[in-house]
Parts: sequence; structure tokens; C-alpha cells
Amino acid sequence: MTKNYSGLDVSSAKIEKLWSGREDFQRIPELAINPLGDRIINAFFPEGEDQVNFRGFMRTLAHFRPIEDNEKSKDVNGPEPLNSRSNKLHFAFRLYDLDKDDKISRDELLQVLRMMVGVNISDEQLGSIADRTIQEADQDGDSAISFTEFVKVLEKVDVEQKMSIRFLH
Amino acid sequence: MERGAKEKNHQLYKPYTNGIIAKDPTSLEEEIKEIRRSGSSKALDNTPEFELSDIFYFCRKGMETIMDDEVTKRFSAEELESWNLLSRTNYNFQYISLRLTVLWGLGVLIRYCFLLPLRIALAFTGISLLVVGTTVVGYLPNGRFKEFMSKHVHLMCYRICVRALTAIITYHDRENRPRNGGICVANHTSPIDVIILASDGYYAMVGQVHGGLMGVIQRAMVKACPHVWFERSEVKDRHLVAKRLTEHVQDKSKLPILIFPEGTCINNTSVMMFKKGSFEIGATVYPVAIKYDPQFGDAFWNSSKYGMVTYLLRMMTSWAIVCSVWYLPPMTREADEDAVQFANRVKSAIARQGGLVDLLWDGGLKREKVKDTFKEEQQKLYSKMIVGNHEDRSRS
Repeated sequence: MTKNYSGLDVSSAKIEKLWSGREDFQRIPELAINPLGDRIINAFFPEGEDQVNFRGFMRTLAHFRPIEDNEKSKDVNGPEPLNSRSNKLHFAFRLYDLDKDDKISRDELLQVLRMMVGVNISDEQLGSIADRTIQEADQDGDSAISFTEFVKVLEKVDVEQKMSIRFLH
Repeated sequence: MERGAKEKNHQLYKPYTNGIIAKDPTSLEEEIKEIRRSGSSKALDNTPEFELSDIFYFCRKGMETIMDDEVTKRFSAEELESWNLLSRTNYNFQYISLRLTVLWGLGVLIRYCFLLPLRIALAFTGISLLVVGTTVVGYLPNGRFKEFMSKHVHLMCYRICVRALTAIITYHDRENRPRNGGICVANHTSPIDVIILASDGYYAMVGQVHGGLMGVIQRAMVKACPHVWFERSEVKDRHLVAKRLTEHVQDKSKLPILIFPEGTCINNTSVMMFKKGSFEIGATVYPVAIKYDPQFGDAFWNSSKYGMVTYLLRMMTSWAIVCSVWYLPPMTREADEDAVQFANRVKSAIARQGGLVDLLWDGGLKREKVKDTFKEEQQKLYSKMIVGNHEDRSRS
């Protein structure tokens, strides 16, 4: 596991405060105004816990390390690095999947959509958007989006670039 | 020390470096469109309403702000690139050798045993002279002589206090100094700002009535010339505050008011939102930019970490307080501007002159949570992206 995030230069990351609970994250104004701020904060906390330690914090951040070219071909037999395309997609999938059952149901999609649009769109309109999205993605007919279907829909999106954060030093 | 400090003052301060991660300055709309474009194989005129990939934008923005955001770093002292031998600015510097430690020890000796007693003595002298002097002047009959004496007593005592802190100040553009009937606004870094400005000009102070030593000083000062002190209860009443300030400003014989519109101390790397109260009054505004050089001592007062006395002690045990003061040309509110726009215009001018980052965020976020209206704005922007397209579709 240490190999996976050794690429992040820890001394550059300005983690002065001791991250412990959700309120620490919510104190960042720019995060508090992000419509999906709560879901993102949730991603740091492991199942059922209210505290995150430094290790857990770095693990979550490691998903956003850019994919270096020379990494793509090495170590095919080793464990998949946290910042692989698949793991980045998985991270995004987990933002939608509220009850962590590996499926995005219509309800879950509606709830996340509601977070993103606030009060500006009516329930019916939002419902039809959700229905259309599921219809387009669903292949096995269970009216929910599984991870494989999710990956299929996003196969052309440049995930590596859009879900990566570059350090300046 | 003075010479070294003065040489540094001649270069313009470079704005605070941009943080540790690479951020794209694109808007919500542009980014989401880009994500969709890269993923969509459909023709572009049939733009979909919502894409599962839209979440990438919010996700990444959120992560970026967790790693490095623009606001929270303004409320703690600025980090230096190289150490200035003060242990308080030692943020995990790694290469500390024996020689450096010895130097540091020497520095501690000099600062605490030599400089500190001198400075405390000067500070005592300055403050007691201020109290005694202004009380004495208060007994004089009103008239030109009283004004003359009051100004000079104030000026002399502030200058002693400046020496007590070993503040090395370079004033620029002194021809733009505030005049009677105007309001002087400046960016706020610490209570020392007041002493620095008041040692070069005559101002009427504005503030809350305090107890203790501050209260004694305030009551003495107001005997010599009119300052505007508010009771704690009056501060909440915005109309009352505005009325008193307007009255003061309209009396041309009274001194210009000194106000810090940020409302709280910021760490001198940026200028945060100016509260519009002082800009609604309609008087001429004289902006002043104050920029401290952190190499010799950081002047920022982190009020949640240090009390006033601890803070002053820290100031008096630094090497020196070095700063530059720029007097900017006066500004007035234009006919088509409202108070908020005027405030922002003044703020930008100050930020540009001092080499500070101009932020729209409220300094009050130091203690309070951000208002929900900002989140609602983001949600509105995003909804427009989804719904706007929906209208197009229904038309076709």
C-alpha cells in the first residue's frame, strides 16, 4: 500500500491541522459551497466511522494522482494502483452509490441529482432525467446501473485527465 | 538592520505563490462541456441533458479545495521561503545544523535580553505620555491652540510607540494623505496598523469601547479631540453607526476617520471582502495599502491563537517590523455604482498596489460558516446546464 501513494510528496501537502471529523472538512468554505461537498467528505470516512486518520486521508487522495506513462506497463501482476483508471471510475461510482450495494438505483440517482441542482428543477423533470439516464446505461434490464454498465457508458471519457490533480512542486 | 530592511523595501512585493496544485481557471460550464465532449460520440447539436460524467467536475473541484483552498490559509501566518531565525516561523525546516542552532541561540539572547527591555521601556513611555498628554490637552479651552497641541501630542506618542516596536516604515505617495472630511480605508493585518498610520497623519479613530488599559487610553484620547467610540450595544445597530460616521464626516473641522473595512485581521497575503457600511456614507475615500515584509517579523495577529498581550510580546521580540505604506489617490463613488461595487473597486486598487491577492471571500469566515447562498448559486448554474438543453430538445 505504501508504494501506491509514495508518488505524492507528503511534505508539500499542507496538512497542518489534524483531520479528525467531518466538521474539519466543512470548515473549508470552497468545499462547503460545492453541491456534492457532503458526498466527497463521506468518501474519506471508512464504513461507519466518524474519524479519518492521516493514512486514510492519503489513501483517498491517492486516487487523484495523475497516471504516469511509465507506470502503465510495469508490474502487471501486482495489485492495481489506487490511481488506475478503473479505481478512479470506482471512486466516482461510489459517489453515486449511496447505500454501497454496488448498484446505482433510480432513487440514488435522484438523490444525487437533487444535491447537484438544488431547488431549481421540479421533481417530475428530475425524474425523467434519471429515467432517461438509467435507460441509456442499463443493459441487463434491472433498472439500475452496475459498475460494469457505468464503465461502459464512460468508456470514451478522458477519466485519467479529469480525475487527476497535478502537484506543482 | 535598518539599512538591510530599507533596501528590501524598494522591490515590489511579489504576490503570494499560487499554492501547491495546478488549477485550471475554467468555469463550471466550460469544464462540464469538455468532459461531455470527450465522452460523447453523438453529434454535438444533440447535446444531452445530463451525463453521468458531470460528477467528475464537482468531485475534482472538491478534492482540489481539500488539498489547497484560497480561504483558510489566509487566517494563519504566512510561511517564509527561508528561515529568519525565529523559532515561531519554523515550519518543519529540515536542514538545521549545529551552526544554525548556535546562531539562533545568539539571536534569542539578543532579542529577549537586549531588545525586549528597551522596547518595553519605550512602550511604557509612549502610552503613559499619550494618556497624560491627551488628558492635559483636554483641559485647554477649545480652539486652534488645543487642536494644535492635540495633534502633536498624538503624533509624538505614536512615534514613540513605533520605535518601541522597531517598526521600519516606508511611506509612498505622501501627497495623497487623507484630508478632513474623508474616510481612510486600509487592509487590516494587526492592531499595529493603527499605530503605523497614525504616526504619519492625524486621524479620528473608530472602534468599540473596551475595558482595562485600552479603555483608559480611549477615554483619554477622546478628551483631546473627537474620536468615534461605540458602546458594544451600539455596534449592532448599523443605522446608528452610519449616522454617527456621517455626522463626523460632514463636519469639515474634524479629522479623517480611519476604518478597516475587512472587519478582522487577515494574514497580509490577500485582501478579503470589504464591508459596505463605510462606503455608503458618501464621503471621499482615501485608500491606503499596507504591506508587511515577513522576513524580520510577522505582524499578523491570529486572534484565535494569541491574546493581545502575547501578541505584543511576540512583536517586541521579533527582529523588526518592516512595512510599506502606499497612499493611493482618493476615490469617490460614481453615479452608477452601488456601495458594494465601490467597495470592490477600492479593494482591487489596494490589492494591486500592495501585491496582495484580491479575494471576494468574507473575512468573517474565520469564525463563521459560509452562507448557503453561495452553494445555491452553484446549483443554479448547474441546473441551467441541464434544463437549458431540455428546452432545446423539446423545441426540436
